[in-house]
Amino acid sequence: MLSRTADNLYWLSRYVERAEYLARILDATQRLSSMPLAYVGTSNEWESAVLTAGCATAFFKIYDEANEENVTDFLAFSTANSSSIRSCFEMARSNARAVRTALTMEMWDQINGTWLELQRYGNGPTSREELSRFLRWVQESSLRFDGSAYRTMLRNDAYWFSRLGVYIERADNTARILDVKYHLLLPDNERVGGPLDYFQWAAILRSVSALTAYHWVYRDSLKPWLVADLLILKEELPRSLASCYEAIVRNLDAISGAYGRQGPAQRQARAVRTRLQNSRMDGIFQRGLHEFISEFITETNSLGGAITEQFLI
Amino acid sequence: MSACFDEMKGHDGGVRPPYDELARWLKEVPPDVLDYRRREAELLFRRIGITFAVYGEADSTERLIPFDVIPRIISGNEWRLLEKGLTQRVKALNMFIKDIYGAREILRAGVIPDDLIFRNPAFRPEMSGQSVPHDIYVHIAGIDIVRVDADTFYVLEDNARTPSGVSYMLENREIMMRLFPELFSRHRIAPVENYPDELLATLKSVAPLTAGSDPNVALLTPGVFNSAYYEHSFLADKLGVELVEGRDLLVKNEIVYMRTTQGLKRVDVIYRRIDDDFIDPLTFRPDSILGLPGLMSAYQAGNVTLANAVGTGIADDKAVYSYMPAVVKFYLDEEPILKNVPTWRCREPEHLAYVLDHLPELVVKEVHGSGGYGMLIGPTASKIAIEQFRAKLKTAPTNFIAQPTLALSTCPTCVEAGVAPRHVDLRPFVLSGSDRTRIVPGGLTRVALKEGSLVVNSSQGGGTKDTWVLDG
Amino acid sequence: MRIRISHATTYHYDMPPNGVTQLLRLTPRNHDGQYVVNWRIDLSQDCLLHQHEDAFGNITHSFTADGPFDHLAITVCGEVEMQDTHGFVKGAVERFPPALYLRETDLTLPDAAIVEFSEAARAEAGAGASALSVMHQLLANVHGEIAFDTTPTQTATTAAEAFKLKRGVCQDLTHVFIAAARQLGVPARYIGGHFYRADGVTAQDAGHAWAEVYIEDYGWIGFDPTNAICPTDAHVRIAAGLDYLGASPVRGTRYGGHGETLTVAVNVDQASQQSQSQSQS
Repeated sequence: MLSRTADNLYWLSRYVERAEYLARILDATQRLSSMPLAYVGTSNEWESAVLTAGCATAFFKIYDEANEENVTDFLAFSTANSSSIRSCFEMARSNARAVRTALTMEMWDQINGTWLELQRYGNGPTSREELSRFLRWVQESSLRFDGSAYRTMLRNDAYWFSRLGVYIERADNTARILDVKYHLLLPDNERVGGPLDYFQWAAILRSVSALTAYHWVYRDSLKPWLVADLLILKEELPRSLASCYEAIVRNLDAISGAYGRQGPAQRQARAVRTRLQNSRMDGIFQRGLHEFISEFITETNSLGGAITEQFLI
Repeated sequence: MSACFDEMKGHDGGVRPPYDELARWLKEVPPDVLDYRRREAELLFRRIGITFAVYGEADSTERLIPFDVIPRIISGNEWRLLEKGLTQRVKALNMFIKDIYGAREILRAGVIPDDLIFRNPAFRPEMSGQSVPHDIYVHIAGIDIVRVDADTFYVLEDNARTPSGVSYMLENREIMMRLFPELFSRHRIAPVENYPDELLATLKSVAPLTAGSDPNVALLTPGVFNSAYYEHSFLADKLGVELVEGRDLLVKNEIVYMRTTQGLKRVDVIYRRIDDDFIDPLTFRPDSILGLPGLMSAYQAGNVTLANAVGTGIADDKAVYSYMPAVVKFYLDEEPILKNVPTWRCREPEHLAYVLDHLPELVVKEVHGSGGYGMLIGPTASKIAIEQFRAKLKTAPTNFIAQPTLALSTCPTCVEAGVAPRHVDLRPFVLSGSDRTRIVPGGLTRVALKEGSLVVNSSQGGGTKDTWVLDG
Repeated sequence: MRIRISHATTYHYDMPPNGVTQLLRLTPRNHDGQYVVNWRIDLSQDCLLHQHEDAFGNITHSFTADGPFDHLAITVCGEVEMQDTHGFVKGAVERFPPALYLRETDLTLPDAAIVEFSEAARAEAGAGASALSVMHQLLANVHGEIAFDTTPTQTATTAAEAFKLKRGVCQDLTHVFIAAARQLGVPARYIGGHFYRADGVTAQDAGHAWAEVYIEDYGWIGFDPTNAICPTDAHVRIAAGLDYLGASPVRGTRYGGHGETLTVAVNVDQASQQSQSQSQS
């Protein structure tokens, strides 16, 4: 297939996934910030949201202060932010449009419908209720798109490249949350029975829709190292780093199987996956959680570059 | 109005045989059913055609081209005549272009004046002396035909560059078959849905000699912002070929490749929907970012076929058009089967004198103009406009041609008030391959939806109809 | 006179490109008064040079160089034996009848000012003056009207723009001359080449350009508006076209990379003199 087509499919998926992630962050932040300070501490949750979204520099170029109004607008509706939910859907659609014939009718309908609906939201909701509805709609749109891709696409390279986009983006997103919040997960931060961090941990889990999953996996109350374990090493959790890399490797293998050759992208992805498989949380804490996450983010970026280099240009 | 030939009722009001069944059906079918189907068609078009509707701006639903549910019918005999005439005309067009960029015999014979070619913007000096694979230049031609009575078809315009509209021909048929299966079963209608196959066969047949046994064809589009992008993606999909933009391609050692996820893949035939000007910035407009740098070198080396060839615009220029009957005679030594609309060339003093004397009856067109710019429609123009045009004509007569105002034929059409006659034209698509000429029966019928209007362009309230060629 | 020419076009890149595709018109041909003794093109990158002839009879070379590389140099050098033909161009490769050269192009489209300027030249030449005298008048007028200045114009500057500025390089003067000549009904074309300067300056930062017009009964005759003369044995003719674009020495494109800087170094010298100066040093 054309490199550009693969590139468009890959980015189409990445943007839809990113939009959903932003909606989750906003949702989790809104919950935290609406709690009494006694429960969540005095940290600025809105600033933390901007950091987690990875666009603090762009944000503070425009705004002096991170508050609910500014951050919501910037992450959800701003046209000045090339990674806002609006921009993500715009770019997803323009990528979809460019490869219209490589998409199934259902996928096109979904992404185009989402885009049309987005126009109706104008400059954004005026109330908190409306914002909640909007964020739910964003997540549902992403689910519908993902579902239409999963159910209707031929299992060939087009499908594999679109999946790669989903998992690279997802791995990056989960890693970013960990990067911003890692200090809350360090073992010495645990204050048994203290409510302060409990809601922070819950918010982290919520932002990767893993709050219920946590209880099913560990059958235990929230413990920071278990939260870290779930998000980093548990392949059962769809948004964990391990799970993302399992999927990245699987899809890259499918591509190299069909093309009959392997390249740097396959080798890099396997190396990261092997390391995740062979790691345990105590080892990671010993070496330093933050270092581990930073390294992971760098490696995922470099893998993205390798995929682009090998297939997409 | 009564002077017009109606394709269903002729001049006298009786029903012409090809329309027998349709006329009966129109009588039987209750008006509300027709109206319901009409709305249903629009809905279907929105759904199927949602793809092209949304390519427009935010209020994209406006951008659907109206579709009329009453088909236009052409008898088998009428079609056979058209087919012969089209084949002859396109054959002559191809020979003309080859000659113009080759030996230039038609100029030496004095049939066409030199300056009409050499100073024509559509003439591409860069193509002179270059040969193209299989000597075919116009692989896809869209010949616009109008009808004035039972036996007379005129060619209004030859489109030899990148004629569009074939996606409507295919979609119209699709919709009609879904909506009116019973009407189809009453007729024997020649199919059109094999057009993509015929096009692909044509394109593969003209691959360069250096290509492998299964030539790789790609469709080159200017991109999503082009107004015909929907048609480009539609056709690429139906043909099963890659839809490429300039940036997907590159030229290496005079061979064209496309960038794929498995590395570079050679391209042998490019069905290009980009204008000459933009196709290669190293040869034509240096500021073009749509084309492929070095393409002309590969073309010149004979390693790629461009369909249509570069420089075919010289054959559909309005001034050159007026010479088409002579062109057909010159190359084929045959009388043209399809007539030209009588045309006065204002560059010739006698013609100019006639035109100046008869301005209120004539349509005057600028030779290199398009889209209705610089045009005078005498019968509807004001006296002041006519006098202004007279002055323009006198200063630069070479820029103009004039034609009589034609009474285009009409066809029954669904309008607000029910079914009424509206003016139509026809664009059949003629495919020229190295093996043979292929014409799918019918083409795109355009209809002027406004009462009395002769303008069928979609930008000015024109719609389209399915075109039925009866078998037998 | 034997003229030795070297012409180096060098690109430097801040970020190396993945590839470069170019089309060159750098190779002279023979005609009466011009004989190419030897000629060579060298590229700093290994790649195939494909030679063709374009529609105007110019020799072209195309190539694709695979990157990455931080610079790309195209060097041509050779010797040409020249004889003065008083501007008459005979025996050159002609692929079109003169009528083609009345064709307007984007770069040579006359505006009202150029139309007026061309009419003035005709009037100044006097009633009943021959086309040849009108062209000589035009030559003097273009030379007098437009000052040589390398600052205000670029390769994409049109005749009309240069005429308005009243300043430009040889390309601009030639475009104005061509636009005016065609306006007067005289077929005219653009010639890209090299000029041996009588003042002994051999290093130049660009090639030269002049025009040729077709006069009934005489044929093609060169006019060099920059120097206000008809070409002599100091004018080495490389390529002909309707305008600069058609005779352009290098047209190319780059894939990837950025920060491109271009330097052109031309050296035009008498072959015999150069060997003398070498022996002296």
